[in-house]
Amino acid sequence: MLLLKCPYCGAKAEETEFSGGGEAHLSRQKSGSTDAGFAAYMFERRNPKGVILERWHHAYGCGKWFHAARSAVTLEVFGTYSVQALAPPKDIIAKIRARLPEWEEKK
Amino acid sequence: MKKYSGFAIAREAMRSHSGWTRAWPSPELKKAYEVVIVGAGGHGLATAYYLAKNHGIRDIAVLEKGWLGGGNTGRNTTVIRSNYLQDESAAIYEKARGLYEGLSVELNYNIMFSPRGVMMLAQTEHELRGYHRIANANAIQGVKTEMLTPEQVKRKVPIIELSGPRYPVLGALWQARGGTARHDAVAWGYARAASDLGVDIIQQTEVTGISQKNGQVTGVRTTRGDVACKKLALVVAGHSGVLAQMAGFRLPIESVSLQALVSEPIKPCINVVVMANTVHGYLSQSDKGELVIGGGADGYNNYTQRGSFHHIEETVRALIETFPVISRLKQLRQWGGIVDMTGDRSPIIGKTPLGGCFINCGWGTGGFKSIPGSGWAMAATMASGEPDALAAPFGLERFLEGRFVDESVAAGVAH
Repeated sequence: MLLLKCPYCGAKAEETEFSGGGEAHLSRQKSGSTDAGFAAYMFERRNPKGVILERWHHAYGCGKWFHAARSAVTLEVFGTYSVQALAPPKDIIAKIRARLPEWEEKK
Repeated sequence: MKKYSGFAIAREAMRSHSGWTRAWPSPELKKAYEVVIVGAGGHGLATAYYLAKNHGIRDIAVLEKGWLGGGNTGRNTTVIRSNYLQDESAAIYEKARGLYEGLSVELNYNIMFSPRGVMMLAQTEHELRGYHRIANANAIQGVKTEMLTPEQVKRKVPIIELSGPRYPVLGALWQARGGTARHDAVAWGYARAASDLGVDIIQQTEVTGISQKNGQVTGVRTTRGDVACKKLALVVAGHSGVLAQMAGFRLPIESVSLQALVSEPIKPCINVVVMANTVHGYLSQSDKGELVIGGGADGYNNYTQRGSFHHIEETVRALIETFPVISRLKQLRQWGGIVDMTGDRSPIIGKTPLGGCFINCGWGTGGFKSIPGSGWAMAATMASGEPDALAAPFGLERFLEGRFVDESVAAGVAH
């Protein structure tokens, strides 16, 4: 069972209250992009067996979207953060590194 | 390889079963092979078998990080069917189903194929219309399916409740030639037959890296040392993304945990496979008497092989409405497997951006039923270097071209 905390309303709840939105920090392809670039944006995913940065929707709560850093192996949640952030904040990165010293955020 | 037969059983009965030998040897890993296949699940072993049998390529190693058939091959609900909407899907799944029919004889190994019939319940008007459409498509494809009325459903499945409070049974799509098989036996049968043709099956050996030179694969690094190869096949289902990263490309795949469970064993009560896709649960009875129940996949990426509890609860709650008689049964076991989901819910078979490296993945929640067809098409693709007719529609490039084989819409659920 996955436990998440919404960074907006502060509710801490089980996964049934949220809805997963997939891999985060994908930069949208603009008009004039190549087919390969658009296919990569649209379909290709890192799908890491490790730390995943992803989007979540507080569907049965305040309705806000937010970001989470989570282990896809142990389901440990390292933290949740603003949907407007383009990368995880320093304190979450530190928390991940404390557990997984080798980890690097890959684009 | 000693042939299994009634005579062999009688002979061994006479000498206290002292003459049985190992079904396949456990050879040492050599330094080089013509073909290395990563993943000794059903798909990988079938690929090895058909490469050896159909194409005469026998210098093959199948590498497995755990034990043979210990991934999704041993974790599925063993359903075999080919009633798909799209022609491309019907072709490869029907090829697989057809091969399953003769597989026990072909492999000289009893895979316990049981064509007991697969019934997909229509529990909303929309689903009923959808199944009529699939039945019509199947008629054109040459896949034998038919629509059943609620009365015909009840006659085949006496324990069903037709007038459920939320989702009454309005009809069903019936594939009489679908059914189940013993999943472990499929892996074991292919392993034994492939091994007999000269294929080395190396268990407990994890691939840790993929070597390449000038855009061409040259070998793999493993926990037992380096192995050179001319052609490489990645057939690792849920871990495809991990291997693709080693090879230097990304896949349109996300891995999630899909769960199944079995009840305590009871006397025979249902002799077909029933799938209730609107409520997302399916059920059949194993030869041991357990009800084998499959449910939904997790809604987020993970590699836990466990799955979320609430999915089990949803599946069981839904099935109890349709089969009230099972409400008092206890759950015996529950498990999860890591399935590799593509955006169009169709597999990926074919070439990759790395020369000499082929991939077979993305079977998602429907891998078991396709094992023989998948191995057949993958072997043909690897032998010639170009996609086989069955495999061609499922190339990786379809995501770039927007040429999807859209089965997520066809099934309405995640298979």
